[in-house]
Amino acid sequence: MKRRDFIQIAGLGAGATMLPLSMFGKSVSVEALLAPGLDVAQKKVLADVALNTAKSMGASYADARIGRYLNQFLFTREDKVQNIQNTESFGVGIRVIANGTWGFSSTIDVTPEGIKKATEIAVSIAKANSKIQKEPVVMAPVASHGEVSWKTPIIKNAIAVSVEEKADLLLKANAAAMENGANYVNSALFQVNEQKYFASTEGSYIDQDVHRIWPTITATVIDPKEGKFKSRQGLSAPMGMGYEYMDPDPKEMIEGPGGIKMFRNRYDIVADSIEAALQAKEMLSAKSVEPGKYDLVLEPNHLGLTIHESVGHPLELDRVLGYEANYAGTSFATLDKWKSGNFNYGSKLVNLVADKTQVGSLGAVGYDDEGVKCKEWDLVKEGTLVNYQAIRDQVHMIDQKESHGCCYSQSWNDVQFQRMPNVSLKAGQQKLSPAEMIKNVEKGIYIAGRGSYSIDQQRYNFQFGGTVYYEIKNGEVVGMLNDVAYQSNTQEFWNSCAAICDESDYRMFGSFFDGKGQPSQISAVSHGSATTRFNGVNVINTGRNI
Amino acid sequence: MAIYSKEEAKQLLDKALSYSKAETCEVNISGDNSGNIRYARNSVSTAGYQNNHNMVIQSSFGNRVGVATLDEFTDEAIARSVKTSEELARLAPENSEFMPPMEQQKYLETKQYFESTAKIDPDFRAKVAASSIEPARAKGVTAAGFLNDSAQFSAMANTSGLFAYNQSTNLDFTVTMRSNDGTGSGWVTRDVNDVNLFNASEASNIAIDKALQSRNAKAIEPGKYTVIMEPAASINLIQNMFRSFNARTADEGRSFMSKEGGGTKLGEKIVDERVNLYSDPTHPLVPGAPWSGDGSAVKKMDWLKGGVVNNLFYSRFWAKEKGVEPVPFPSNGIMTGGDASLEDLIKETKKGVLVTRLWYIRTVDPQTLLYTGLTRDGTFYIENGKIKHPIKNFRFNESPIIMLNNLETLGQQVRVNGSLIPYMKIRDFTFTSLSDAV
Repeated sequence: MKRRDFIQIAGLGAGATMLPLSMFGKSVSVEALLAPGLDVAQKKVLADVALNTAKSMGASYADARIGRYLNQFLFTREDKVQNIQNTESFGVGIRVIANGTWGFSSTIDVTPEGIKKATEIAVSIAKANSKIQKEPVVMAPVASHGEVSWKTPIIKNAIAVSVEEKADLLLKANAAAMENGANYVNSALFQVNEQKYFASTEGSYIDQDVHRIWPTITATVIDPKEGKFKSRQGLSAPMGMGYEYMDPDPKEMIEGPGGIKMFRNRYDIVADSIEAALQAKEMLSAKSVEPGKYDLVLEPNHLGLTIHESVGHPLELDRVLGYEANYAGTSFATLDKWKSGNFNYGSKLVNLVADKTQVGSLGAVGYDDEGVKCKEWDLVKEGTLVNYQAIRDQVHMIDQKESHGCCYSQSWNDVQFQRMPNVSLKAGQQKLSPAEMIKNVEKGIYIAGRGSYSIDQQRYNFQFGGTVYYEIKNGEVVGMLNDVAYQSNTQEFWNSCAAICDESDYRMFGSFFDGKGQPSQISAVSHGSATTRFNGVNVINTGRNI
Repeated sequence: MAIYSKEEAKQLLDKALSYSKAETCEVNISGDNSGNIRYARNSVSTAGYQNNHNMVIQSSFGNRVGVATLDEFTDEAIARSVKTSEELARLAPENSEFMPPMEQQKYLETKQYFESTAKIDPDFRAKVAASSIEPARAKGVTAAGFLNDSAQFSAMANTSGLFAYNQSTNLDFTVTMRSNDGTGSGWVTRDVNDVNLFNASEASNIAIDKALQSRNAKAIEPGKYTVIMEPAASINLIQNMFRSFNARTADEGRSFMSKEGGGTKLGEKIVDERVNLYSDPTHPLVPGAPWSGDGSAVKKMDWLKGGVVNNLFYSRFWAKEKGVEPVPFPSNGIMTGGDASLEDLIKETKKGVLVTRLWYIRTVDPQTLLYTGLTRDGTFYIENGKIKHPIKNFRFNESPIIMLNNLETLGQQVRVNGSLIPYMKIRDFTFTSLSDAV
């Protein structure tokens, strides 16, 4: 934790509005966000300067990433627009291998001269560091893709939609929450467009245009007499989509237990705001949970974070190998467990897949940030651990010859490294709806939405909460609960998986600002699943009297 | 880029303001030079150096505000950005919480900049890594660490005549040592403004000792235990508690600081009377910035005095709404301590748990400031005044308010993350489950 954490200004919603601009780039006008960047032919000429310079200096490999990263963030509270941020960051990052060692340098001077200079620095860093290098870099082979391009299949570019229209929608959602009993409401809309060009000495020139969007709301209801308050977050998911995600579609809305409304590939922020206000109010008088063992019925917008923390992170190969030991930690899923071929990660129903291709997901791209074509692969098959997440310079350590294609950098300015792809739980093969699943639960809790989450540095012990909780008794939902959190151990938890709903209930959850590395970098990743049942999980009561 | 002197910064800010045609204009400039080295598996993994500088121009017409930033400080670029900020302001929606720029404030003198730190070079960073890696190898443990050093300046000026300048240097260091058999782990953190106060070997050896001593930990039952918290363990809970010292959320009824029946807990005793928490940017051990982001002067301020809430943070807008003086958020935190050393605290403990560090701390209930998280990198069982054996890590569910009400003894203060926090002995700290993590 950095010292600046202590001086972070507190307050609901304030954390988001205080995001440092410099983290995302220069503040610019909306028009500047829509202006075209360099054309592909210009980028190829510039990238070749880096590749040729590196080769002439003796580098055995080089890649150049010319990146233009655009963001637009809107923040509102009640009837006010608090902040609108438009940022642009443009530059080039050059990575080389010389004497078997990595070197990296970046510059905002995207000219032949600037790129040549940055490449020379990258090579000199590699050569200097090679003197203390103990493990020379071994790269898995990669196909030469030639000149190719890829674009997130969006219908409407969110940044091209007028700021007024977007601010009006957020204010409309806020008003709907206030009319339905909220005392306070914050909403925000994050829009990201990565325009990145990758070239490497392997013969690939890849132009990609990546879009992501995330609407959020939080409604708060207070009871001043008792000095109590409850907040209910929105049930949106960040998506790899355009502004079409904000167009409500009844076919994409799913009604859950207690009439709770949830969303698949389209979001209705106004409908969700109304629900948020009503449910926050209901929470003020909801029953406090009796601690004990419960069968949990977890919907995808909640289960996604559990997958992220208990499957996504422990199966990152760099964590397993110790490269993240001083920060995020290592992993319980050690190489010997994987090599045994029979490490029982979960019950037979559990099939966890990694991918960078799922349409609408945050992780979807055509090629990763080292020019590997993206794909899907198994991590856990019928309950058994079968693979990790690894990139070109790692796969040889697990005796594989092909990168998984999950290398990513948050910007041209940072070096790319292994990041979590989408990690998803496959839907059940048998026809099963959440309502049918609940019918068979005697004593259980249905949990929707993300909440408090904490897990140890090797990903054994975790504690998760949600957004809303409903008690299930003898196959019926009987009412809302408060003060719920479940504690378990990763292997025990996934082995308690007793049923998974079918494909018709499958949808994605996402993490928009996932942190890793020192210095820390962010990335965005989705986790798909259908509503899933876990038997006999330990639930604690988090209520306290102070 | 060089760290701008006060005079150079003022000249540049005055130039930017001279282009302004808005009703008000406020300009901030900042720059930093920072270097880092990262190592793992007893080998250097990455090293980097960055320099950044940035100018932020904020123009306003009435309550309409526009912001433009730039990183190229030519006359033409500055003039163009001032104009952009004015165009954006004209198009911006009304911001009813906008506060016009302040007039000149009087700032305290603080010493946060040390040339010794600003001069750190790649050789120094490599030696720091070697100070961890070499003893680690010799003792059968594996080092993973990160060192980041930086020199930075910031300055602001506005059309109401305010000018503020600050420069500082920082060094942050953490290292994790894991025994090669994978059963023990130790960690240490250090941060200084002056590199001459930093000793990488001393710090690394503490982490190595903890790694070796924490091998083959035994499981004990979760429950309520007397704990001795090292300052690096308790600071995160104290920081989290401090984030609720915000007058606005308290007045709005959505904070731990909101009072039953309305109003805030200002003036109420919320923790043990021996708890005193204050901030002081001039403290020589933890110097802080003398002004906050909006130009407000940061002064010595008591937050908890004798366990009573003595002040809450008031933004300029909220202070105006409530008719009180603004209270800026502090640049450091100082909790008064006692004379007892860690050894003294252990000696006087019949049964207890020594905690090196808490990890993955998350809010469970903002109403009661209940947090969860885990112990990590060195947790030990104390019996009859001695460390008896290492124990497996615990998950806790606890509120810093309960923790500071259950205070037994305050020990000596230690600098952590730019703040001063004492060793603390706490009774009935709530551990709710065991973790197998090392």
